[in-house]
Amino acid sequence: MNNFEYVRATAIPDALKAVARQTGSRFLAGGTTMVDLMKCGVELPSALIDITRLPGLDTIEAGPTSVRIGALSRMSDVADHPTIRKEFPVLSESLWRGASAQLRNMATIGGNLMQRTRCSYFREPGVYGACNKRDPGSGCAALEGINRGHAVLGTSPSCIATNPGDFAVALVAFDATVHVENGKAQRRIPIDDFFLLPGDTPDLEHPLSSDELIVAVEVPTSSALRRSHYLKVRDRESYEFAAASAAVGLELEADGRTIRDVRIALGGIATRPWRARTAEEALVGRTFDEPTVRGASRLAIEGAVDHGENRFKIDLAPRVVARALLTVGGIT
Amino acid sequence: MVKSPITGGGVRLRINGSEHLLQIEPRVTLLDALREYVHLNGTKKGCDQGQCGACTVHVDGRRVLACLTLASQVEGLAITTIEGLAVNGSLHPVQEAFIRHDAFQCGYCTSGQIMSAVGCIDEGRTESDTTVREYMSGNLCRCGAYPHIVAAVRDAAQAMDSGEGRSR
Repeated sequence: MNNFEYVRATAIPDALKAVARQTGSRFLAGGTTMVDLMKCGVELPSALIDITRLPGLDTIEAGPTSVRIGALSRMSDVADHPTIRKEFPVLSESLWRGASAQLRNMATIGGNLMQRTRCSYFREPGVYGACNKRDPGSGCAALEGINRGHAVLGTSPSCIATNPGDFAVALVAFDATVHVENGKAQRRIPIDDFFLLPGDTPDLEHPLSSDELIVAVEVPTSSALRRSHYLKVRDRESYEFAAASAAVGLELEADGRTIRDVRIALGGIATRPWRARTAEEALVGRTFDEPTVRGASRLAIEGAVDHGENRFKIDLAPRVVARALLTVGGIT
Repeated sequence: MVKSPITGGGVRLRINGSEHLLQIEPRVTLLDALREYVHLNGTKKGCDQGQCGACTVHVDGRRVLACLTLASQVEGLAITTIEGLAVNGSLHPVQEAFIRHDAFQCGYCTSGQIMSAVGCIDEGRTESDTTVREYMSGNLCRCGAYPHIVAAVRDAAQAMDSGEGRSR
């Protein structure tokens, strides 16, 4: 690991001033991504600004119109929050099905949004030189490499690295906003704008500038959020990244069978958490039954391109979407 | 605000109730601080990248991975390691249960398993084998002693629940 200056901030203005003071400064929260990638030689910060003791950023407010989660809330605290578990299941499930109990006790919600890809070529600079995400212009070793875990949606000739998030998939399905501030101004970033497609610049993953701090994530409540589910299919039962996952929500009309609102987002298969709006639109106004759900679920993967080993994700993902929807709809 | 230059400085760690003032660089992890500077070798270095759970310790009562925690980050917080579980020479109920159930083979992952199990029981995740497996999934055992580990965790939870044991 490279050496660096350590600064423990005790107030938000101090943290923002400290991070702006020298280039290469980075915030440090739970450390589960940052310290890991520093050991890999991917992250080489000149200074780490420890924000874990900033006051007031770990509150969770589950109100009637929105759930507001402070950026320093730990994954485990949000997953186990009684109201979130009971009323907004997808938010809890997508968290406790991620990582391990120890990692969830460390990792924060803000850091969770900033976690980086598990692409082996990205993570091992000492072995693989080519990675456009790590070193723009160097190429992409995954294109011709072992790419079973790589993305089939949102890819570009520069990068096919999968976004590994689970909670972010739920946030994308339910139109969350990310609250950030930089000492002068605050702004709210719609979650759809928070994760960038790789395009020609896979090194750019978020619209944050280096002096901006995530302070909260807010999710508007809805009937669909109350009837929601996160299904994660993976190579082993627990403590593994998704082969394919789906965050879904459903609201039916008063007749109990016509779809009024439906939310579908996928994880483990795309370069960013992937909202499947075409599939949603195909379902609204239709009768909720298995053939309709299975038909629409296939639209969730439209435009997918495989790179050989990850071909199975194109078959798997619609089945995951369908099973998740049938589960919330009570058809199992 | 607390600053520590690249060259390092004094970091005060509270480990198993004792204060330790260490002269260390900011890049020293809690795991290396415990093993190399405080010479508490019970906490094991397995993968050193947050994937195996062998380095599990408690910080302010929560199970975390020492390999992905910087020592500077936990200055002043209550750190408990495997060496801090026994009280006056009497083993923690989880330690006793691991012996009773022969819940190890080579033993390398065991201190992490036990620290994680204490957390798992504190969190109340012991109602079924499936739940224990889910909430202990961050601790890998290459010998494959899982059936005995699950039995030990459930047995210890019961013993602690019925008042034969004690919580941390």
